[in-house]
This record gives sequence, structure tokens and C-alpha cells, in this order.
Amino acid sequence: MADFFRMSGYAFYVWGAYALAVGALLLNVWWARRSHARAIAEARRRLARSVVP
Amino acid sequence: MAWTWLHRFGSPPHFYRVAGRLTPWFAWPAAVLIVAGLTWGLVFAPPDAVQSDAYRIIYVHVPNAFLSEMSYTLMAVAAAVGLIWRIKVAHAVAAAIAPAGAVFTAVALATGMLWGQPMWGTWWAWDPRLVFELVLLFFFLGYAALRSAIDELDRADRASGLLAIVGLINVPLVHYSVVWWYSLHQGSTIFRAGGPAMPASMLWPLLLSILGHTLFFGAILLARARAEVLRRERSGVWLAEVVG
Repeated sequence: MADFFRMSGYAFYVWGAYALAVGALLLNVWWARRSHARAIAEARRRLARSVVP
Repeated sequence: MAWTWLHRFGSPPHFYRVAGRLTPWFAWPAAVLIVAGLTWGLVFAPPDAVQSDAYRIIYVHVPNAFLSEMSYTLMAVAAAVGLIWRIKVAHAVAAAIAPAGAVFTAVALATGMLWGQPMWGTWWAWDPRLVFELVLLFFFLGYAALRSAIDELDRADRASGLLAIVGLINVPLVHYSVVWWYSLHQGSTIFRAGGPAMPASMLWPLLLSILGHTLFFGAILLARARAEVLRRERSGVWLAEVVG
């Protein structure tokens, strides 16, 4: 098990790359959801202001 | 005609609904494939004869590098469709791709540096492949900066769309740099003459990871394009239906 985490001495590079890559996936998900939520909020404000149905 | 299904995607409410229904069909298989591919690559794939465990970076580096090129190409094509046929949904798709594409490119560069340091002995080299990938990142960032500098969405779409198309010349430079120039970076591992330069035990997790990341990109693209479609909608009827 300890050998697995050591990655034959390349632990920093291998785990660093995986942490970055997985972090970026999560960032993409969070960022996309925020953008959608903001677009909805913005559309609601626009509708509230307009007289058009 | 058989093409009406395609034309209907030009209609914002239709696109919004279909994209919403499709998103989970991309997101869940993506999650399963990425977890499977990365676990397989980290735990079960054998170590490399030369690079031992350091080569495992390939399972995150290659999918991100592949998507950086693929997403840019798609962004430029969507922008061109938007400019030529004046289709709002196409501009929304182009605008939706840029943030995700920039992240893929940054991750491809960063994981490449983490691989370069132990294997080449340097974090960075002014090598054709690396330089053109960096230029790709600048095109993504330039595209986003140009958009945020223009308040009116229609004008932002047109100006940034032109920039996206101009930047398309950089994509073959990234892709073929390892063939056209003498490069520190290795050539293609999978799509090369004579078949993949990897045994199946190393290749399968890579293919799963690439497919998983591609579906993931699809899900992000759909979710962001929905947001962009909402932002472009001025007439209230269907907007009131979906957000009201």
C-alpha cells in the first residue's frame, strides 16, 4: 500500500497531476452550475422589469 | 425533410429543453468512465519499463490535451455557423465552450510540466508542441477577455467569433507540431501508423479516460449553452415558462 502511494518516487508528480486534473473537473462542474443559476436569476429580473408577457 | 430535426435546434426553447434532458445522459456515464479509467490507470495498469510509475500521468494529461484541441475546433465551428447563418444558439454554444476549453488547456499544460520535470529534467522547454499549446490557452483567454470587454451580447458574439475562427490555424500547429518539427515531446501514442504504441493493459484505461472526459465536456457544454441561451433571450413567453 505504501508502495502504491510512493509511485516509485514520483509521488509528487503523479499525485500532483491527478489532484490538479480532478480539481479542474470539479471546478468545471461548479462553474457551469453557477453560470446556469446566474442566468436564471438574471432572466427573472429581466422578466420582472418588462411589460411583455 | 430529414434535416428538420437539426434545424429545430436553432430554436432556443427547443434547444434549452433538449439540452436539459440530454445533460444527465452525458454526466453520469462520464463520471463512471472517468472513475473507472483513472482507477485502472493508477492501480491496475502495469508500470512502464522506462518511466515506471511516472507514466501514469498520461491518463489525465492526454484526455485534457485532446479536449483542448477538440473543444477549440468545436468553438470555432460553432462561431462560424453563428456568423454565417446568424444563429443565436450557435453563438451560445461557442461562448459555452471557452471556459471549459481554457481549463482543459491549462490542465494539459500543468500536467505536462509535472511530467516533464521528472522525465525531461525541466518543467518547461520552448518546444513547438508546448509553445503552440500555450498559444491555444492564450486564444481561449483572449476570446473570453474580448467577450467580457463588450457589453452588448450580439456584438460580443460577432467579435469573439471572428477571433475564434482566426485562432483555428493554431490547432493543426498544436496537433502536428510533433511531426513537422523535431520536438522534445513524444509523438502520438494511439493514432499512429502501425497501431497504438501501447499494450492493451495500458491502452484500455487511457481510452476509458478519454471517452469519459469527452462525455464530461459534453455535459458541461450542454449546461453552459443552456445558460448562454437564457442570457440571449429577450422575448418573454418561453422564458417565463422555464424560469418563472
